[in-house]
Amino acid sequence: MSFLEVNNLKVEFDTADGVVSAVNNVSFSLDEGKILAIVGESGSGKSQTVFAMNGLLDHNGRASGSVKFEGKEILNLPSRELNLIRAQKIAMIFQDPMTSLNPYVRVSEQMAEVLVHHQGVSKSDAIQQSINMLDAVKIPDAKNRIRMYPHEFSGGMRQRVMIAMSLLCHPKLLIADEPTTALDVTVQAQIMQLLADIQKEFGMSIILITHDLGVVAGNSDEMLVMYGGEVMEIGKTEHLYSNATHPYTQGLMSAVPRLDDSADRLVTIPGNPPNMMLTPVGCPFSPRCKFANTTCSSQTPILTKVNNDHYRACHVAIEDTL
Amino acid sequence: MINYIVKRIGIAIPTLLVLIAVSFYLMHAAPGGPFTSERPLPPQVLANIEAKYGLDQPIWRQMFSYLWGVLTEFDFGPSYKYHDRSVNEIIAQGFPITLKYGFWSFIVAVGVGIPLGAIAAIRKNTWIDYLAVGVSIGAQVLPNFVMAPLLIIVFTLWLDWLPGGGWNGGSWQYLIMPVIALSTSYMASIARITRSSMLEVLNTNYIRTAKSKGLPTKIIFFRHVLKPSLLPVISYLGPAFVGLITGSVIIDMYFSTGGMGYFFVNSAFNRDYSVMMGITIVVGGLTILFSLIADLLYAWVDPKIRY
Repeated sequence: MSFLEVNNLKVEFDTADGVVSAVNNVSFSLDEGKILAIVGESGSGKSQTVFAMNGLLDHNGRASGSVKFEGKEILNLPSRELNLIRAQKIAMIFQDPMTSLNPYVRVSEQMAEVLVHHQGVSKSDAIQQSINMLDAVKIPDAKNRIRMYPHEFSGGMRQRVMIAMSLLCHPKLLIADEPTTALDVTVQAQIMQLLADIQKEFGMSIILITHDLGVVAGNSDEMLVMYGGEVMEIGKTEHLYSNATHPYTQGLMSAVPRLDDSADRLVTIPGNPPNMMLTPVGCPFSPRCKFANTTCSSQTPILTKVNNDHYRACHVAIEDTL
Repeated sequence: MINYIVKRIGIAIPTLLVLIAVSFYLMHAAPGGPFTSERPLPPQVLANIEAKYGLDQPIWRQMFSYLWGVLTEFDFGPSYKYHDRSVNEIIAQGFPITLKYGFWSFIVAVGVGIPLGAIAAIRKNTWIDYLAVGVSIGAQVLPNFVMAPLLIIVFTLWLDWLPGGGWNGGSWQYLIMPVIALSTSYMASIARITRSSMLEVLNTNYIRTAKSKGLPTKIIFFRHVLKPSLLPVISYLGPAFVGLITGSVIIDMYFSTGGMGYFFVNSAFNRDYSVMMGITIVVGGLTILFSLIADLLYAWVDPKIRY
């Protein structure tokens, strides 16, 4: 029994213009204590994948497939049942710490309510535990600052508050949806360091969603590359980094600016992200892929094994992409 | 906070003075006067009366002696039309009536409007939402001068349940119809403001965070959704409350309630300068007061606003 097993997850949205399919047949699994990075550009479906897992899709969204957490199917559970898992077993932190905390409620209230509700502790105990957790994420003067409102914290501090809040019930899985995107570079590094420290201390699993490959490199055991709602390549981070064989992953890798490179122009992947309104035919990346052939635009590639550490979905032979 | 209140009151005084000066001049600039009538008075008689009320003085002097009376003795002067009554007496008679049905209208507008808007937002795009929106649009497009006679036709003439007019010390039978007629459009506005702001709040990231924390819907609603949703309602309520408690001529006319609205409009027709000024000052003062209260309430709800 895997700790977390996602099979053929599909997410669709009903919109005024028709059905948009945001996530297509995504499958992956995660072991306890491991960190999985989900990588992809905006609109690749990485956030919707984890929202679907936790029942947080917008009202017009539908999810199908299977998400098994500790052997139990949790996809599309009614919120009453999901509420027994949320925060206690699966906690989330979000992209924008400026808007993810309620600006009208004191931090103490927002943190304490988690413990009061899930563990039935008294309000004062809950606040004391929350203060301890704020100390743990290195918020100075936590005892006094907990009484403040979110707008009285800086962006990095707010993300620390979010992290502390998510850890209150010692969840087994932490889902971090682009936790550093809205922060500036130095703060990003601090937050990533904090997440790494916390992972060691609490030993939980993390799903880290990001579009920053630099963040992926040092902070994950496995990585999953998504494009157009589909999995392009998945494998051990260490292995994939030196052996990326999917043209899209290669494109992403070469687009990372390097300090030791004096090129005038940044490398980009030509073309635009796909229009999710159109039902994809063939590989979603084929219109932008320099290796694309006729098969690519007519048949959807399926995820196939390269070796034990590495799976890819691509019609082009590995040798041709190297 | 205290500083802010003192400052706002400091601003209120010149505001009120400008209001008084402008209305005073406008009132006198309009042709005619309190003693012009269809059958003209002999010039000598008219001159005598005008001298008695000081209307022969230059306007600035009239205004200052008026202001002096208002400020030193809180005396709004005698009515020019109701010869045996002072403006203070007229306001003392009409204002409590207006205040009573205005206050109840406010309670009804808020008490029905906010829940109606909230239910519509929570049940967005269901028949409940459509019904609530339909009711509030209907209530808003039906003006109270249509509403009032309709109520009288139905509840007095057809059903014979309620008295068609009068006040009778404001007992509940006499209150119901004026309150319904006055509150519906306010109720509708409040419902629509609540609905749209709550829809916005329900879509925010912090509500998603609250859901991800596994909190039950009830806690999410009362602790995280309600307060921010009511902010736009609060800014609407300040002026709305003044509008409600300063009276409506329509209500006073149709239901013969005898509130301030009746005296206000009649004073304008009659050029009853002192009654007009008195009511203008009372309404202006209340408007300033309640917009201050609304602002303070706003700061109390929104921690980002501090004075």
